[in-house]
Formats: sequence, structure tokens, C-alpha cells
Amino acid sequence: MIEELEQTAADASARLAEVTDLDSLATLDAEFLGKKSALTLAKKQLGGLEPDDRKAAGKALNEIRGRIEADIAEARQRLTADARAEQLEAERLDLTEKRDEIKRGSLHLVTQSRDRLEDVFVGMGFTIAEGPEVESAWYNFEALNIPEWHPARGSFDTIFVNLGEPEQVMLRSHTSPVQIRTMENTEPPIYIVAPGRTFRTDTADATHLPAFNQIEGLVIDKGITMGDLAGTIDEFVRKFFGGEVKTRLRPSYFPFTEPSAEFDISRPDGSWLELGGCGMVHPNVLRNCGIDPDVWQGFAFGFGIDRLAVMRYQLDDIRELVNNDVRFLRQF
Amino acid sequence: MKVTLSWLREFAPDIDGDPVALGEILSALGLAVEEIEIIGDVVEGVVLARVLDLRPHPDADKIQLVDVDDGNGTPLQVCCGAFNMAVGDLIPFATIGTVMPNGMEIAQRELRGQRSNGMCCSGAEIGFGEDAEGILVLNDRVIEGAELGMALGDALGIENDVLWDLEVNANRPDAMSVAGVARDLSAALGVPFSFPVHETNRSDESVTDLLDVEIVDPTLCGRFVATVLRNVTVSQSPAWMQNRLIQLGMRPINSVVDISNYVMLELGQPNHTFDLATVPNGRLQVRRAAEGETLVTLDDAERTLSSVDGVITDETDTVVSLAGVMGGASTEISESTTDVLLEMAWWDPPSISRTVKRLNLPSEASTRFRRGCDWGDNIDRAMARFIQLAEEQGMVAVTGQVDVPGDVPDRTPVRVRPAKVNGLLGTALSADDMAGHLTSIGFGAEIVDGDLDVTIPTWRWDTATETDIAEEVARMFGYANIVRTVPKGEAAGGLTEYQQARRLVREVLAGAGCDETLPMPFLAPGDLQNAGLPEDGVTLTNPLHAEESVLRTSLLPGQLKAIAYNQSHREPGTRLFEIDHVYRPAAEGELLPDEREYLAVALAGEEAPAAVAVLDLLERALALPNVRLQSDRAPGLHPTRTAEVVIAGRPRGYVGEVDPTVLENYGVEGRVAWIELDLGELLNGPLGSRKYTPVSKFPSSDIDLAFEVPDDVAASAVELSLRKGGGALLQTVELFDVYRGDGVAEGSRSLAYRLRFQATDRTLTDAEVAEARQSCIDQAAKKANAALRG
Repeated sequence: MIEELEQTAADASARLAEVTDLDSLATLDAEFLGKKSALTLAKKQLGGLEPDDRKAAGKALNEIRGRIEADIAEARQRLTADARAEQLEAERLDLTEKRDEIKRGSLHLVTQSRDRLEDVFVGMGFTIAEGPEVESAWYNFEALNIPEWHPARGSFDTIFVNLGEPEQVMLRSHTSPVQIRTMENTEPPIYIVAPGRTFRTDTADATHLPAFNQIEGLVIDKGITMGDLAGTIDEFVRKFFGGEVKTRLRPSYFPFTEPSAEFDISRPDGSWLELGGCGMVHPNVLRNCGIDPDVWQGFAFGFGIDRLAVMRYQLDDIRELVNNDVRFLRQF
Repeated sequence: MKVTLSWLREFAPDIDGDPVALGEILSALGLAVEEIEIIGDVVEGVVLARVLDLRPHPDADKIQLVDVDDGNGTPLQVCCGAFNMAVGDLIPFATIGTVMPNGMEIAQRELRGQRSNGMCCSGAEIGFGEDAEGILVLNDRVIEGAELGMALGDALGIENDVLWDLEVNANRPDAMSVAGVARDLSAALGVPFSFPVHETNRSDESVTDLLDVEIVDPTLCGRFVATVLRNVTVSQSPAWMQNRLIQLGMRPINSVVDISNYVMLELGQPNHTFDLATVPNGRLQVRRAAEGETLVTLDDAERTLSSVDGVITDETDTVVSLAGVMGGASTEISESTTDVLLEMAWWDPPSISRTVKRLNLPSEASTRFRRGCDWGDNIDRAMARFIQLAEEQGMVAVTGQVDVPGDVPDRTPVRVRPAKVNGLLGTALSADDMAGHLTSIGFGAEIVDGDLDVTIPTWRWDTATETDIAEEVARMFGYANIVRTVPKGEAAGGLTEYQQARRLVREVLAGAGCDETLPMPFLAPGDLQNAGLPEDGVTLTNPLHAEESVLRTSLLPGQLKAIAYNQSHREPGTRLFEIDHVYRPAAEGELLPDEREYLAVALAGEEAPAAVAVLDLLERALALPNVRLQSDRAPGLHPTRTAEVVIAGRPRGYVGEVDPTVLENYGVEGRVAWIELDLGELLNGPLGSRKYTPVSKFPSSDIDLAFEVPDDVAASAVELSLRKGGGALLQTVELFDVYRGDGVAEGSRSLAYRLRFQATDRTLTDAEVAEARQSCIDQAAKKANAALRG
């Protein structure tokens, strides 16, 4: 009997090795291990044997059954793996057939430049102040030590609006009114930068816009010196442009600062590029804002945001910044 | 202000060095060099030539034929487009082979069949001033002994020189003169500076017998000095003077005007000449104009004067000159003038500024007066220099000058605390150091008890305070020598919550596929009306163009223009957004407009629900509390597809679509889904807070319910009723289907919701779910007129 079963097991092993689908496997499973299989029938006959024989035969039967079960498991694993492989092959995709269904928009180049500047200044301990774009003569000029007769007024090329008395309300010609509004409303120490749109009567061309963006810094604290001004500008320039870029200050004139300076940054070829204006806040400006110039001192600086964007990306026409052509916007 | 090395050396002979290095020093003094020009580099190949004959070109009107002699003795024919020269004139002539400064090489050419063997040159073409009109006629400018064919520089006696074009700041009246620049530069270089003394030979006649001047308003005029020149002949001034005037950017006019300009450029003192014959009895008065008085100025324009203007009147009290700004036509010197009244004065800078601005009459003279001229010795020096130069031209000055004083700025010494100056600059200079820097540029400085008593010179009108003086110390010490530090304050930087939220809004919208736009805030008249909005935009007083003359009150026009622009460039379906200011009419009693920061989203080619979906993103990102959409009408927006956005009970703007008529007005194709919110109000108003609710560990039950709801009931009302019915057990409500058609009554639609019920502390029983379900159905029927569909 055992010999016959050995033959059956060998037979099963051979047929299981060749099975090609799970249905056939189930049939073979029933044939070799089912109720009517030779193995099951043989097990039922064990009861008629002598105890010693029965024990030996039982052991042999179990061993044969184990082998067939292992063969079936192996066949099932093989078939499952084949089926998965076939399914995966059928799922093959060309991933370059993309249709850009999720679109991301772009932040405007000016916003990106402004955010970057803000982040550098925030890292240096500044907060961001903002103010209105339509201003009164007090904030745009008078509080900034530019009286009505002052020749500097003409140099601002101011755009006025039809509100109040003539030339009393205007589109701010610089971000400096935010200095005044901040000093009027905040007790020193003050460490702010004020980014925002400013206006001049410039006809739009490749290098000019009548509305453009500037950023202005103001520090008011005890014991602030012109050395601090030069050092702060230097630190900002190193953080924003990189450590190799040098700065220099040249004497200049603004009614709202004294001493006043232009500040330049070095180009790779060693020449200098004028970036903006700066200076120690004029005592009259502090007084106009109710701050005692014998206690507090400070500095201010300012420069163009759009110009930095134009320089960084080498735009050949600044009007791109206001055309809102998506073919431009999406480049950044 | 332009200066040349040779002229600077008349005051400081030891100024020397590389032009670029000297330029750097000038820039470091605050006299920013805009351009350096090397003079005497006359174009090689340009020679002195004489016009021998002029005749029309047989086949061209705009050019003529010129025969010139360039020294070879044989006439050369040239075709020339200028007609300003006469036979016999001396001109600069570019010979064949000359490479002009613009890169053009002169070759033999034929113009309409006529040979051209070179080129007659304008001043601009060869770098002699900016005059590009006509050929530069040199008749009186060549030196004695000049010959035809001589290199032009030799023929004109031009020596090598350097010219710096300086940007002079408004607080530096002194640097509006060659002498003033020389003073600064010599101090920086540590070389001597002095004014040359010019001897004059006056006639025996005394000025007091000829002139009588009275200052009626001393606040207008600080000093009025005048004398008389006789034997005046108005002719051409000498070549050297003309050359210098041209180099510094002025046109030679005649001997008298040229001397006037020369003295102004050299010493910074503007001056004025009257034809003495037109001033009865030599009597002048200085006063403010009466309102409405008139004067015909030198440019033959009649000016109506105001009481701020300073004027000079004659003995009949008739205005003859606009003080410091422009002379009058009636007293102008002419060819027939034989005697001149020469005037030099100091005018109150704000007064001059107001007149210049009011009449829009800027000039070289008024530019200097506005900044504040020197009321001290410089006037006497300028008088002497004028007379000396006039004598060289054969004029004779009478003896003495009238010198009438008015009010001048106080020059009491200013007490300067060295500690304060060092504290401002971040320097550690001694009082001696500071005194040294100040005296090097003509300030007086005396050390008194460790402080400085500083006398500010009369040529620095704008300088008056301790801080002004600190700036001078810094300038002469050198900004570059100030040690760089950073503030020691411990301020913490950061963005405000508003600024952070605004950045988040931008990121969310970019993530939703919207490109950020930033149009300029100007609109054309009619833009607002075309957008269906009230025409109440603030208008500009001095717009550059009519199309940019109104300030926007809404972001709608700008966005529609951007969409139309992109559509015309084959980008039909843009998603755009903008965060920017709008300027609404000023509130009652306010001077400034009601300026606000708005957010707009424009989805071209999309319908209102797309805008609502974007709004939902913002709601989630910002945790906006209790957002409700109330169907509404709004100017410029689609009348049946617009809802007011109400956040925590406060209206914040609109969502929906743009009115088709408005789209048509702006040439926009297709629909535009639209959001416009008052971002400032929204972000400054109550914002939701995020609260933690433990995630339930118990199973949830989903129930689907479909209702038939009349069209006039908002889906949001149905949802509200379901939430009320479901109470705390109702976790989520999702509208998953909207259906109109068969099986649903006309004027109604089917809304299908999936409700998820769940408790945090137990598994819900079937009975509990059934009860909650029924409560939802009941509330929907009661509050939203919604009938459960079978």
C-alpha cells in the first residue's frame, strides 16, 4: 500500500509541476488530498492494521501527505506570482503621457522679490510696516522736512490727485510716509522695513514705470550711529546678494536725513552700482513725530524692488512687470 | 555742474592726478561724477578749412554743394546738409579716412550724382558742445597764426584738459561753481586753495552820482550791489572764453552775456545787466510785487505777478525785473547799449523757489539762488572779476559800487559737541580733528571748553545746525573711514499675523492654479462704467495719459483687461488673482480716500461654482468662521449667479460670475468666474480658531438621503437643516448629486446627501441612527421645504 502511495505522490509531484491555472490546481488538490483520494482512502484502512504496523503506516502516510501539500503550495505560489506578473504587465503605463491636470499658478515676480527682501530683513530683526498709497502733503513732504518751497519737491515729480486743496493730496512719491506714520504711532525702539508701491510722473518705457515698488528701512533706537547704518546695509547686501558683494556710502543729500548718503554695491568687475539712498534721520523729522532727538537716533535707507527683479532676471523691459501676460508670469 | 581741470587749477594749481582717481575723490566728497571727458582728444583727421563757394545741388533740395579749402590749395567739393555757413567761413572739416566719434569712416561718396570729398562738421559731431544744428563756424575762435589744414585742436589752441560732470546736491550751493568744487577738492587732496586777485582800473566817475538803490523789503534781498560799466560794445567774446562756456554746456551769446555766465560758472554768483539808458536816474527799488502786476520778461512773455514774487522797480515804480529769476525786456541790453548797470544780489531762497515754481521758469541763475548763494565777499569778488573781464573787452567801470544791505542769515557761531558728533557718526574724533576737517573747507572752528564754536561760511546757506556740521565732518573725514557696526538692539523680527495670512492666501491661490497679476492701479475714464461700477474713482490732477487718469475702486477692470490681453494672445482660459489696493471715495470729513486691500480671483472660461470651489479652499486654509453665501446682486456681476460672501455675520465681498454685458464691454470671450473680497477687513476681522476633537474610535454609519427641493431654497439652507436635525452625532454632510429632470417636479431639483453619523464614546445602535435620520428628514422638511424622495 505504501509503495502505491509513493507512486501516487510522485505522480502528483509531476502533474503539479505542470499545472498552469488555479482551477486545474483545485482539481488536482481534490484528486490527491480530497475525500476520495487514494491517500484518504488509505488512511481509513489504517484501523484494520496491527498497532505497530498502524503506527508505521500512519507515519508514512502523513509524510507522503506533507510532501503533496508542499507541492500544491509551491504550485499555488507559482501560479499566483505568474498571475500578478501578468496583471502588472497588463497595467503598463507610459508616464510621459501627462496632461498637466493639476496646474500651479505663479506668484508675481515683484511679490517674490518683496518676500525675499522681507525675509532677509526679518532675519535681521525687522518687522514689516505698510501704509496708504494716496498720501497728504504732510506725510509725503512736510513731516519729512521738505517744506512747500523746497527745491527737492520738484525733483520728486509727484502725481497729485483731485482731493482737498491743490497739491495737498498725492500718490506717494516714496515709501518714506510710512516712516512718519510708524513714528507717530509707535514708541521707539523701531526696527521696520516698509515695502510698497510708489509713483512718479514717468512715462512708461523699457526702464521706467509711473508706478513702481520700493522698500524702505527705518531704525530708531538709543545710540544708533552712522556706523550702524553702514554696517546694516553691508549685512543686508551680504545676505541678499552673497558674501562677495561689497558696499560703499557716498555723501548725498535728502532733506529727511543728515548726514545723507547714496549706497553702492560692487559688481563682479569691480565697478560700483548705485542701489539706493540712506542717512541718519534728520532731527526735524524726529521732532515732527514727537520723538526727542536728544534721546533717540536712527537711520533710514531705501531702494527699488522692481529694479532688483529686473537686474536679477535681466529683464529687457520693465513693463513686463505690469502687462500681466501669463507667458511672462509663468516663468517665475 | 561741469568743471574742467584747467579751470580748477586757477584756484588750486597743485590739483593733479589720474582723472578717474580724482573723480573717485570728488564722488567721495558728495560731488558724484556722472561722466568724465578727456578734452583735447580732437578727432584725428578733422582740420581747419575755409568755405570757398556755395551752390545748390542740381538734383537735391536738402543738400547743397560746398567747395572747401583744407589747406591743399585745391578746392574740394563736398555735399552738405547744412545751410548756415557763408563763403569765407572757417569750419571744421573731416578729411577722407577720418573715423568720427560715432564710428563712421569718412569716404569719398556720390550723392545724387555729385562727388563729396569729406564732411563739414557740426559741433556735436566732433564733441564740441551739444549743438547738432548746422556747421560749427569757427571764424573768431581760431588762434592767431592758425592755418588752413591745421589739426583742429591746434587751430583753436585747445590744450589737453579733463572735464568732470558732477551731480551737485541741493544743499551744496557752493559747489555750483568751479571755485567751490576746487575748494572741496583741494581740501581733500591737502593742496593750497586761493582766489586769484584781479586788478581793475576804474574811471574817475563815482557810482554814487549814477545809481541810487533802495531795498524796500529786506526779507527778500539780503544784499544788493551794483555799479556802472561804460564804453560797452556788444560783440563776440574771445575764443578761450567761448571754449570754456561751451565745455561747461553754455552757448556763447555776446561779450556781455558771456562774461555774465562766465562769472556765474566760475564763482557761483549770478548777475544781471540793465541797459543804464532804460533806468531813469539810475534809481532802482527792491520790493514784493503787487498781486496782478505784470512784467514782460526777456523772453517777451508777459508775466502776471503775485505777492510772493520779488521784483526790481525803477523810479516810476514800474517793475523792470523779476528778482533772481529773469530780467525784463524793457531794460535788456541791445546792440545800441553803451552803458550797463551791473547788479549782483543775494535773494531769499524760498522766495525765488516759489516764483520759479509758480511761473515754471527754471534757469542757471535761479537754480543757484534757490540753493542759496554767498552773500559775503564772493559778491565783491564776482564784481571785480566781471569788471576785469569787461575791461579786457574795452569796457570801463566807474569807481565804487552801491552796496545796500538787507536781512541775511544769522552766522553766530554754532556750539558743536564733539561727543554728540561722534555719537551720531560712530567715530572717535577729537575736537581738534573735527576743527581741522571744518577749517579745511572754510568753516571757522574754535575750541571752547572741549566744545567747538563753529562759524558757518556765507557760501553754505543750507548749513545751520550741529547735525549739518556733523555731516561736514563726516564728509571730510570720509564716509569710507567710518567703522561699520550693527545696532545692538535686540528687536525680534517677524511678519504680522495679517502679513502671514496674506502670504498663505497667495500660496493657496497659486496652488489652485491661479497666476498672480499686478496691474498698475490707474484706469481710463469710462473703465469703471464699462465694468458696471459707479464712476466715483479719485482722479489724477496731472496724469501722464488720459488712459491713466482715474484710480481704481475695484480690481475688476484690471483683471478683465488682463484676461482680454491674454485671450488676444491665445491664452483663453487663464486663472488669475490679485491682492492690491483700491481707492474708494473719501469718507465724509476725511482728506484721503478710503484705501483698502482687496483680493480678486478671476477664472476665465469657468462658471460660478469654480469660484465657490476656490473660496472653499480659502475658507479651509484660513479656518474662516461661519462662511455663508447669500444670493445677491452686485454691480458688474452676473445678476443670477452672484452671492454675497458673509463671514461670521459680516459681508466681505462677492463670489459668482461677471455680468455678460461687462465682459462684452471689455472684449472678454466666454464666462468669467469671479471672487472679490475686502482682504483687509477679512483678515483683520474675526478669524476662526482650530480646535482639537478626538478622533472617534467607534464605527460610523453612512446614510444617503435625497430630497426634492424647490429652486428658490438654497442648498446651504438644506445643509443647515440637516445639521440641525443630526445634532452632535452628525459628523459630515456631503452633497453628492444634484439632479433636475424626470421624476422631479418642475421648479425643483433633487439634492442627494451622504450623512455620516458617529459618536465618540460608543458604537451607535440601529435605533439611534434611525432616530437621527428621521430628525434630519423632519428638519429638512420644516426648515428647507425639502421632501424626502422615495
